[in-house]
Amino acid sequence: MHELSISQGIVESVSDAVPDGRVLAVTVEIGRLTGVFADAVRFCFDECSRGTRLEGARLDIVDVLGRGRCSSCQQEVDMEELVTPCPCGNLLLEILRGQELRIRSVEVT
Amino acid sequence: MCATCGCSGTIETEAMAGPGSREHGHEHGDPQHLPGYHHAHDHGHGHLHAGHDHDHADEHPHVHAHSHDDLHAHDHGHRHAAHDHDHDHDREHSHAHDDGHAHDHLHDDHHDHGHGHLHAGHDHDHRDPRARTDADPTTARTLELEQEILGKNRLLAERNRGWLQGREIFAVNLMSSPGSGKTTLLERSIRDLGKEMAVSVVEGDQETRLDAERIRGTGARVVQINTGTGCHLDARMLERALRELSPPIGSLLFVENVGNLVCPALFDLGEGARVVIASTTEGEDKPLKYPHMFRAADVVVLNKVDLLPYVSFDVERFLAHLRRVNPGAKVFAVSATHGDGLPDWYHWLAARGSAVHVAS
Repeated sequence: MHELSISQGIVESVSDAVPDGRVLAVTVEIGRLTGVFADAVRFCFDECSRGTRLEGARLDIVDVLGRGRCSSCQQEVDMEELVTPCPCGNLLLEILRGQELRIRSVEVT
Repeated sequence: MCATCGCSGTIETEAMAGPGSREHGHEHGDPQHLPGYHHAHDHGHGHLHAGHDHDHADEHPHVHAHSHDDLHAHDHGHRHAAHDHDHDHDREHSHAHDDGHAHDHLHDDHHDHGHGHLHAGHDHDHRDPRARTDADPTTARTLELEQEILGKNRLLAERNRGWLQGREIFAVNLMSSPGSGKTTLLERSIRDLGKEMAVSVVEGDQETRLDAERIRGTGARVVQINTGTGCHLDARMLERALRELSPPIGSLLFVENVGNLVCPALFDLGEGARVVIASTTEGEDKPLKYPHMFRAADVVVLNKVDLLPYVSFDVERFLAHLRRVNPGAKVFAVSATHGDGLPDWYHWLAARGSAVHVAS
């Protein structure tokens, strides 16, 4: 259940970054290839934020699709999963996108 | 609740390195931490509507974001194939959207909607609107943060890495599912290597000091971290353990992570190498089932090869699966109980340990 730590990380990072005021919303990016399950993060967020300035804040999760470049034919392909072969058959893809675990922005009062 | 991992249990560090050096450290109170999820008005959807309808009881259709006197704002950004919003409030109003959908809302409070969704199909049942009665929407502002969620862990991990390098300590993060033979491999490795180099161990388990006691039996310095319900070690836990353990300069440090093939993959500890242990009593498809873990590995140790005559494990298939996930991982096939393949593993540890010394 590493999503619990992810939620905790969101609450800690936002609390540190926003010195005062109440946090109304947090927008985070979670890449498809991170192995982090967005629904589970959402599930934990309410609990992790309880008693903090993020309590009751809306959590907007941006799902970032995976994208990789084939090390053999150099074409770029969409990656639904970490193990996605290139259409040319090569298995080694350089991941260009989909590993994001970022806090994009917060809405505060 | 643990401020580090979010777990609800007690984390205790127990130093077993010397007499009387036992220490507990932790502050947790919340025994239960995952009650049923209730989702009140605060969805951040990102959906698509293929088409659905909204019936509104009253006649003021409005377009898109409309605001009301209070501060409770929700914003949808969905796509729907078909859905149904049931907002259960006291006051009615309707929405008309340019994508042709409408919502039934009964509000007793006011809030902003910014609809523009794409749903594959879902129901909204808003029974617990979170009215923000103490906030003023006119002062709400958006701050761009652009921060890594695990940035803090990464920072602490880098600090550990620097600390370890400065002391020429080669730290190996050992990860596997429970029962793969991590502790047995450690015991054997410490006994065989301990004559040549100082070895210390950080033991991570959810509960008990059993593994630390086994390791202590080898004569190595050991610190046990119990993570409670936590499912992985993180950089902060290792930092505390290092302070406790104070491994000698130029030594080898094994960090035995919590037996789990999922969560530890995401948390950098500041180690010098990540080693994943698999065993022949597990399925050979483990690398495909747990690609994040196997991809994160610098080295994969395949343990219990002495049992190959008795199990249906196909080594070649295992290696083929591993190559799909992580073509560059170094592989050692060993038996921690019989000693097969261990010299190569020791050679790698010694070589990497020396490299740390040279680099420092």
